Amino acid sequence: MSAQSKLTAAILAATQKKRPARVPFLTAGCPNVNRFWECLVELEENGADIIEIGVPFSDPVADGPLIAAASQKAIEDGVDLAWILEGLKKIKLKVPVVLMSYANPLAQYAWDRSEGANLSQRSLASLKVLAHDFRPYVSGVICPDVPLEESGPFHLAFDGTGIDLIVLVGPNTSSERMAKYARLAKGYVYVVSVLGTTGVRRDLSLEARASLARARAAFDLPLALGFGLSEPKQLAALNKSPDAVIFGSALMSHIINGGSVKDFMAPWLEAFPFELR
Amino acid sequence: MKAYYGEFGGQYVPETLMPPLMELEEAMDVHLADQTFQSELSDLLNNYAGRPTPLTLCPTLSKELGFTVRLKREDLLHTGSHKINNALGQALLAQKMGKTELVAETGAGQHGVAVATVAARLGLSATIFMGSVDVERQRMNVERMRLLGAKVESVSHGTQTLKDAINEALRYWIVNQKTVHYCFGTAAGPHPFPSLVRGFQSIISLEARDAYQKIIGRSPDMVVAAVGGGSNSIGAFAHFIPLVVDLVGVEAAGTGEEGCYNSAPINLGRPGILHGQRSMLLQTASGQVLPSHSISAGLDYPSVGPEHSYLHSIGRVRYGLANDREALEGFSLLARTEGILPALEPSHALGWLITNQAKIPPRSEVMVCLSGRGDKDLDIVLSHLDAIKN
Ligand SMILES: Cc1ncc(COP(=O)(O)O)c(C=O)c1O
Repeated sequence: MSAQSKLTAAILAATQKKRPARVPFLTAGCPNVNRFWECLVELEENGADIIEIGVPFSDPVADGPLIAAASQKAIEDGVDLAWILEGLKKIKLKVPVVLMSYANPLAQYAWDRSEGANLSQRSLASLKVLAHDFRPYVSGVICPDVPLEESGPFHLAFDGTGIDLIVLVGPNTSSERMAKYARLAKGYVYVVSVLGTTGVRRDLSLEARASLARARAAFDLPLALGFGLSEPKQLAALNKSPDAVIFGSALMSHIINGGSVKDFMAPWLEAFPFELR
Repeated sequence: MKAYYGEFGGQYVPETLMPPLMELEEAMDVHLADQTFQSELSDLLNNYAGRPTPLTLCPTLSKELGFTVRLKREDLLHTGSHKINNALGQALLAQKMGKTELVAETGAGQHGVAVATVAARLGLSATIFMGSVDVERQRMNVERMRLLGAKVESVSHGTQTLKDAINEALRYWIVNQKTVHYCFGTAAGPHPFPSLVRGFQSIISLEARDAYQKIIGRSPDMVVAAVGGGSNSIGAFAHFIPLVVDLVGVEAAGTGEEGCYNSAPINLGRPGILHGQRSMLLQTASGQVLPSHSISAGLDYPSVGPEHSYLHSIGRVRYGLANDREALEGFSLLARTEGILPALEPSHALGWLITNQAKIPPRSEVMVCLSGRGDKDLDIVLSHLDAIKN
């Protein structure tokens, strides 16, 4: 169960230290194909508890302009799932890694590596190949375009393999829907802070507070807040901090503009000024 | 309501889009079968858009081809294409749902113009996303939409065409879902759009089936329609699917050269996931969507509605190919023989008929869905006149 999840454990370890777990997100190949791997190591050295890696996709509807552009560039540079897995094998990170991928790159990776020449044999059932190839470098998978209704084949592929399929909920996810998700959720719950796409926002919306409260009641897992986060002081808008914070666009923008991982992470390493939970 | 056609379809969207999709499905259950809704829609279709459309016998064309061709004249509708059937239906539904704004994607601009038109008529505001490449090559339609009061947003990332306009419209819908209805332009996308659009477009085959009964006392032997996202074709096929009628969808093969970009996912793609649906898709081995190409902007799309992928997989509908040159031949043949300038999209269906003429038994009754008029394409056709002559 969730107690065995590496992801849950990594977040609970931070909770014990009275701070939210730090979960940086980086699109694979950003800012370039070499520096990307250095950044992962630097993130680990600078306090990341979990690292999320974005698998580039040509049509990322849940993403804002920054991540969409980074994905496009990565695709042009030849980055794909196979390249990411190969690199992870080499650098051997100690912190758990989560892959964030739209459904199609996963489906096609599996299609290309599954038996059977005909169409129906190579349907979504072939996703099982993924768990085999992801282990042991990947501890979780997030599919931003796979809601509850389509998650069956993905759960079938990952459940029981030590790879958590992470659930996403948003400000418009009802408590009833959250309850349905709760039966399947593993690792942590990704709470989307706004009705919108990824991208830096100065202030956290009031919606975020309400979503966190509803999610807290529905799930037995740590809650990770994402979309729009850049620095700890934004969390002042919440009365209780989430268990983990995910920052993507802000980090990527910093790195793309030549900033160091160390500088970006520094504010998150200071004593956490707010109440947890 | 079923979300899948065999293994195709579904709702591959961010969780934040599920509530509006569920809201839409509920509204369909409540309103679509409702008498008031039906009579309001009929009134708009008949007295505003110009339905029913004629079934035009083509004597000269038939003589040239050796079989009887009749055209289902969607080109005669207000705004010049079948797109208004769907735009009117969805706009009326959006109004019942209490939405105040329509958002839509457009490639050639036909769907965008239809949405801008019905929004004006029904007192809704409209925001139309269009790739910047398409904004350039379809200037007139951009001006039309603006004159009709719509806001046109140019999308300048990705391929800067229809595919990216859909991405941007979906993002806009995530943010503005409380007041906005996404008026999807074709029988594709996440459930329930494929069934919703099919429902509004199937009036094409409903009228055609009855007209054939009246004229020849039976169904046609063959129905041919061009397939972009698949809305005019599914509309033209729907009421003939249970009958013994040879159904042919025609995909755009692009230039037709080996390895060229094309718009033929059923013939040249493999199953994949884009824009909320699992369907046939043009893509790389690692799952990146390929740019598409066709001389006709309305067919220029790398995927296709899920029901077509299904009808193909069970062998109920044949999917052929017509390239840019064949489409131009279809265009000029119809212009010359019958005095009708077809849009480049249905010109693909005509081009396919010319190429496959010898395989069609003499005296067959063949219906072509003439989904739109050609005025919008004159610039493109003129610039390719050389190709027609050769
Ligand atoms: C006249 C016409 N026919 C056909 C199409 C292709 O779309 P669909 O396959 O949805 O009918 C378009 C799209 O813009 C169009 O304008």
